Amino acid sequence: MDAVEMKGITKRFPGIVANDGVNLKVKQGEIHALLGENGAGKSTLMNILFGLYQPDEGKILIKGKETEITGPTVAGELGIGMVHQHFMLVDPFTVTENIILGSEPTTNGMINKRRAEKEVQAISDRYGLKVDPRAKIRDISVGMQQRVEILKTLYRGAEILIFDEPTAVLAPQEIDELIVIMENLVKEGKTIIFITHKLKEIMRICDVVTIIRQGKFIGRVEVADTDENRLASMMVGRDVSFTVDKKPAKPKDKILSIRDIRVQDSRGVDAVRGLNMEIKAGEIVGLAGVDGNGQSELIEAITGLKKVQSGEVILNGKKITNLKPKTITHSGVGHIPEDRHRRGLVLDFSIGENMVLQTFDQKPFAKGWSLQYPAIHSYAKRLIEEFDVRTPDIHTPARALSGGNQQKGIIAREVDRDPDFLIAAQPTRGLDVGAIEGIHRRLIEQRDKGKAILLMSLELEEIWQLSDHIAVIYEGKIAGWVDPASTTEEEIGLLMAGYRAGTEVTS
Amino acid sequence: MIESLTDILATTVLYMTPLLLAAMGGLFSERSGVVNIGLEGLMTIGAFTAVVTTLETHNPWLGLVTAMLAGMLFSIPHAIASITFKADQVVSGVALNFLALGVAVYLVKSLYKGSGQTPDVQDVLQAMPIPGLENIPVIGPALFRAFPTTYLALIIVFIGYVVLYRTPFGMRLRAVGEHPQAAETMGVNVYRMRYTGVLISGALAGLGGASLSIAIGSQFSESTIAGQGFIALATLIFGKWHPFGVLGASTFFGFAVALALKGQLIGLTTYVPSEALNMLPYILTILALAGFVGRAEAPAAIGKTYETGGR
Ligand SMILES: Nc1ncnc2c1ncn2[C@@H]1O[C@H](COP(=O)(O)OP(=O)(O)O)[C@@H](O)[C@H]1O
Ligand SMILES: [Mg+2]
Repeated sequence: MDAVEMKGITKRFPGIVANDGVNLKVKQGEIHALLGENGAGKSTLMNILFGLYQPDEGKILIKGKETEITGPTVAGELGIGMVHQHFMLVDPFTVTENIILGSEPTTNGMINKRRAEKEVQAISDRYGLKVDPRAKIRDISVGMQQRVEILKTLYRGAEILIFDEPTAVLAPQEIDELIVIMENLVKEGKTIIFITHKLKEIMRICDVVTIIRQGKFIGRVEVADTDENRLASMMVGRDVSFTVDKKPAKPKDKILSIRDIRVQDSRGVDAVRGLNMEIKAGEIVGLAGVDGNGQSELIEAITGLKKVQSGEVILNGKKITNLKPKTITHSGVGHIPEDRHRRGLVLDFSIGENMVLQTFDQKPFAKGWSLQYPAIHSYAKRLIEEFDVRTPDIHTPARALSGGNQQKGIIAREVDRDPDFLIAAQPTRGLDVGAIEGIHRRLIEQRDKGKAILLMSLELEEIWQLSDHIAVIYEGKIAGWVDPASTTEEEIGLLMAGYRAGTEVTS
Repeated sequence: MIESLTDILATTVLYMTPLLLAAMGGLFSERSGVVNIGLEGLMTIGAFTAVVTTLETHNPWLGLVTAMLAGMLFSIPHAIASITFKADQVVSGVALNFLALGVAVYLVKSLYKGSGQTPDVQDVLQAMPIPGLENIPVIGPALFRAFPTTYLALIIVFIGYVVLYRTPFGMRLRAVGEHPQAAETMGVNVYRMRYTGVLISGALAGLGGASLSIAIGSQFSESTIAGQGFIALATLIFGKWHPFGVLGASTFFGFAVALALKGQLIGLTTYVPSEALNMLPYILTILALAGFVGRAEAPAAIGKTYETGGR
């Protein structure tokens, strides 16, 4: 039987049709993938199923019965639960409090915390979630928070679970754990709708895929009958290549050197501990490592966002250590930041304004005290066209753009300033294959133009594909340098885990 | 010396009461995510209503009740503007202050033949000694010969704590003030919780105003409240949006007032001019409201409007 059937769902937002006649049929007990690029309308469709949005057109059938899902409460009663892309957790509350919120067990009008904690523990044990019911949300890891989200749906007796891009925020081993959990859930008779744009994951655990593109229904295929390439072209609407074409690098002068720097993290603990590195014009150095080994602090120190405790950062022969971020930017550093929402864009400014965040006070964008909007607008228009940023117009708030287009905007801004040295931190995090391909091409293009590039990524594959040299960072130091052409996954893995065995190439 | 201490302590408790009541009101509103700058105005309306009711009915208890109702009534525009129409909560609260003062002063003038103040209330609330406890040396006369409004305030602190931290209602209210989207996905009606929070703030601030006009004082004029509502806001911030914190903070502010009024009893005024002591609560209030203290503890969604399905 079909657990869920959505027929001809249309949802319009001001200026955009997020869903345009989408069909979705999910059988009881299967893992059904919902595949589409960023902005394709996946979350919108699922928010409709969860009752957060009302569709403008279309029908929803749950277990064969036509229903109107007017709110999350109704969805809950129908056995639908959702693990949101952006977690819906109250930070200062405990795990249990978050789970019971809205349907609290009570004795004499008071919340029965003990009983709640016991129930949470029981469900957690049953599905192998390993959650501490008493921990505060703000103290637990992202992976654990996600499991709290799963528990929230299970606590309410959800039979149909929607996972909105659950793997985007997880480290590789956490993804493996999540997959086990999902398999457990299906074994217990649950139905799962799994939103993703990672094709490997679909091939690995899903039964059926529904593909949507730009709000439109593209197709529904059995995973057994398809492969990654075919899925990718259905998703993007053209053939995509997974390999990056690039010519051998032609490194020239030394652009950046980092000498024995130390940087502290936000708690005042040494995060970068005497790190050395050199990057030449025309090459990409990939910084590989497990999250939290000082990558972020290193980049923040180079860009002036964090204080360098000791050591030097030298750009084109000039010391830029601990200069103001603005001075560093203008001396030739481009930065595609790790967190594009916090550091890359002012979300409430228009995408046009975001294009001149560093240069708004310079000619031709400013004359004395006044901003020259005509100049800003024509400049923004040019960048948006050149870099294919898909937006209704330049006045749209950056917030309203899809992740991929936000990132394209940032890259446009950083690259167009023509810096000698470009930092790309997790440049494709959370993006789909189509967007990733484009961003990779841009980075190679910049390299071939003679820029020195530092690429930080937690995706080993990405580092491998793009880098001319790979530096593996471990506990704030470079544990070793390897050559992407000759290294093995095992060698990098060992370095990432702290074994100093690599063939030391440079420094 | 002992008597002076008792006196200062009693004065502390006296002036703690209106702050505590209004701040507890503010607590319910701000915990739900709605800033309530309008406490001052709500206290004004409460003070006025209590006096008029008591003058007319000679029943101060009825005065307390009508003060609460009037406070609630006057908080409705703030709720509608800031929750339903998503206006700026600070602006809406400021408007409420002007409105309340204007209405109260106008009504005083028209009810009492152009006078700037009401006649004196004869049937004000009387101090209510608690048998036995009132005879404890030093603290007995200070704490247990207080006005009924003081006991009421303390009970409200306790009930407030239980409601906020032990009941589903309180948990939902706090969730709405921290992460309204999360609460909504859990089936909590964000709008209803916020309306309730603001209405409670109106009732308690009204009661706080009444405690100034028919217990501590015995009439109403435009200077009856004189900034107490803003000090209550500061109390809320110093008290870290927690009932017991607010109790501590209001005691502290009450003590500051007591020092200003009774400082000469213990010879304090020979070292510090009484004007400086008088300024103390207001200076602390400015610091708190300007954001020098306490922001880190504020509910995360405070001051942010909420829209279903927004993002
Ligand atoms: N609440 C909203 N208001 C306006 N536009 C929205 C809203 N939610 C989504 N959109 C737009 O609808 C489109 C689809 O978004 P979404 O469903 O989030 O895509 P996906 O989850 O596939 O990445 C995007 O262009 C997005 O900007
Ligand atoms: Mg999405």
